[in-house]
Amino acid sequence: MLLGRSANGLYWMARYIERAENMARLVDTGLRLALTQTSASSDEWASVLTSAGVRDLFEQENDTFDTATVTNFLLRDTANPSSVLSSIDTARMNARMVRTALTRETWESVNEAWMALHRMLKRRVDEPDLPAVLDAVKRETALIRGAFQGTMLRNEIFDFAQMGTMIERADNTARILDVKYYVLLPSAAWVGSSLDNSQWQTILRSVSALRSYRWTHEGDFNPVNIADYLILNRRMPRSLAFCYRGICDSLDYLADEYGDRRACNEMADTKLEKLKTAAVSDIFDEGLHEFLSDFIRDNAALGNQIAADFRFY
Amino acid sequence: MTPFDEMRLGGQARNPYEDYQGWFDRQDPKRLKQKADDAERVFRRTGITFAVYGDQEAAERLIPFDIVPRIISGKEWRRLVQGIEQRVQALNAFLDDIYHRQEILRAGRIPKEIISNNEAFLPEMIGVRPPGGVYTHITGVDIVRTGENDFFVLEDNARTPSGVSYMLENRETMMQLFPELFQQVKVLPVENYPQLLRESLTSVKPQQCDGKPAIAVLTPGSFNSAYFEHAFLADQMGVELVEGPDLRVVDGHVAMRTTQGYKRIDVLYRRVDDDYLDPLTFRPDSVLGVPGIMDVYRAGKITIANAPGTGISDDKAIYSYMPEIVEFYTGRKAILPNVPTWRCSEPDSLAYVLEHLEELVVKEVHGSGGYGMLVGPAASKKERAAFARKLRARPKNYIAQPTLSLSTCPIMTGKGLAPRHVDLRPFVLVSDRIRIVPGGLTRVALKKGSLVVNSSQGGGTKDTWVLDD
Repeated sequence: MLLGRSANGLYWMARYIERAENMARLVDTGLRLALTQTSASSDEWASVLTSAGVRDLFEQENDTFDTATVTNFLLRDTANPSSVLSSIDTARMNARMVRTALTRETWESVNEAWMALHRMLKRRVDEPDLPAVLDAVKRETALIRGAFQGTMLRNEIFDFAQMGTMIERADNTARILDVKYYVLLPSAAWVGSSLDNSQWQTILRSVSALRSYRWTHEGDFNPVNIADYLILNRRMPRSLAFCYRGICDSLDYLADEYGDRRACNEMADTKLEKLKTAAVSDIFDEGLHEFLSDFIRDNAALGNQIAADFRFY
Repeated sequence: MTPFDEMRLGGQARNPYEDYQGWFDRQDPKRLKQKADDAERVFRRTGITFAVYGDQEAAERLIPFDIVPRIISGKEWRRLVQGIEQRVQALNAFLDDIYHRQEILRAGRIPKEIISNNEAFLPEMIGVRPPGGVYTHITGVDIVRTGENDFFVLEDNARTPSGVSYMLENRETMMQLFPELFQQVKVLPVENYPQLLRESLTSVKPQQCDGKPAIAVLTPGSFNSAYFEHAFLADQMGVELVEGPDLRVVDGHVAMRTTQGYKRIDVLYRRVDDDYLDPLTFRPDSVLGVPGIMDVYRAGKITIANAPGTGISDDKAIYSYMPEIVEFYTGRKAILPNVPTWRCSEPDSLAYVLEHLEELVVKEVHGSGGYGMLVGPAASKKERAAFARKLRARPKNYIAQPTLSLSTCPIMTGKGLAPRHVDLRPFVLVSDRIRIVPGGLTRVALKKGSLVVNSSQGGGTKDTWVLDD
């Protein structure tokens, strides 16, 4: 038995931990582009802000997209609810609320991450210190994931957190693809162009998939394969198909445990079925941008349906 | 006068501290200092913190922990237990009486107006008998010591006493830091407190509840100063930790909103004050409580621990009558004496108090947490004069006590051991029987010479050992 409020706390704890990590990865990607200067770095930072879903907020306060301003906004601005610092604050606040549902290891890893990141992000981060800070964010969130996966009983508590992680991750991957979809369009695919090659690598890098893509597709960077990899590959842990497999698994376990299936089960099953049966050519035919924006909208709707079906409020 | 030193007597370790002193003398002081730092890290990592209201800077602070244990012999403890049991029995009998026949008022043993004019007295509880007839399921009895055989009750905490999680975590920390020490000194265990609490709450379930009762801890939320403790106790007992918005009255029962619908609660260990418990009965603006819970309670369908209205028994105005109360209900003199107390409401006492301010501690009748009090000997002439004006203006609001020379126990400082004043709060569970874990929470004033041990005023805590001898 689990309180609706606790299910809500677990779900959002997991979402914000995932968000903190994704944010660090986005900054990492943006930084790399700014360093290699294959394109105007301000454009890249603008698209990073769009991927993070905080571009409007950023532009309310700032008018230049320089590295220092953008990275500090994404890492430590508490007016930005998705900054690493805000995310870890929200994650920890939720973890504290549900701490009786967490193993000691999981709670302590969240609490320690919160202490460590506060220490690091207390002051403005200068560019030379950025790599170390980004590594720390990824390390701390990896430690939380390790403690969580390694010690938590696979029960409803695990499932609500797992769904939070997967919904956040699917949203993140879909946004990254959507912001960059134009470089994946066939019309723009000049084979062998070094500019596009680096753009494609950027997409893969921002979901930590560059090396694994090389394993899978033997270093053949082309838009169709990249879209296939990030949307449909069932073994790639940040792909949309993988995330929905995880969401459906958790929802199935809950349905077994509770003895009934709810509206969110059907919604998630439908989406998974589509991801399982679609071919990447269908997606390009339908329109990559349309596919992705539908996905982002439906993914958010699924989150709301889960909240309603399990009485989060 | 030198205060009673619990560790040493005439340059020698007192009996209960002999084994500890032997161990201590063999330790490298540098290593001990290191251990003290380790302890602080452990507390921070595990998030054992408390919030200080009105302190924006440090929303979460640690209660400083000192690594030198406070040690009580088995013999000393057995005597304390007798006195504590007698006292909580009297407290419960008093509450039952005051909300029913009021025999003690009829007998003229305590004045009527002290009840009728008291905000802590809840008219809503008149004629209500809680399940099992128990009012104070959990009581913290604050005890001070002034000599080898001189123990006094400083105050009773019969509402929602806190601190038990520190008692448990302090022991846990000591056992992690100094495992070898616990092999050399036989200390009675305290870690079964959550199990005892659960048993105790189970045994006072509502009459119509068959089988295992559903128990929950009600917290005001994660911003409350004692939130860590609420979560800790729920966790250790294996029960739900709920907040007001999780609860509602469904079909005449209190129920919590779960992912599978509303589930009934039979026993609620609430850490929310009476005022906030039920917006339909008490403060209408409260969002911390459950609308309608008092109706369910009066219908006997839920146990609330502690019962609403227990505050009348630990009020400082009532405190001065505790010797009479104990004698009235148990037929015997109190085993554990009160600290002598002047009621400033009485003109003779007021005159005495005003004349002797520099030797007395004056407390507000309804205050807690060490705020609004005057420690005469430590106060300046100006502070005493200001306080005297307050006293004259509203004498009824104050009681006064002699400044007790509280016993000391050494703490670890940068320059080695140094004596500091301590008190003791044992936690008493009342239900079908009385359960007390050996020891309690020792609070220690960290400032040299200070007598204020409250954590909100710079106090710390120590592990408290009762020896198995």
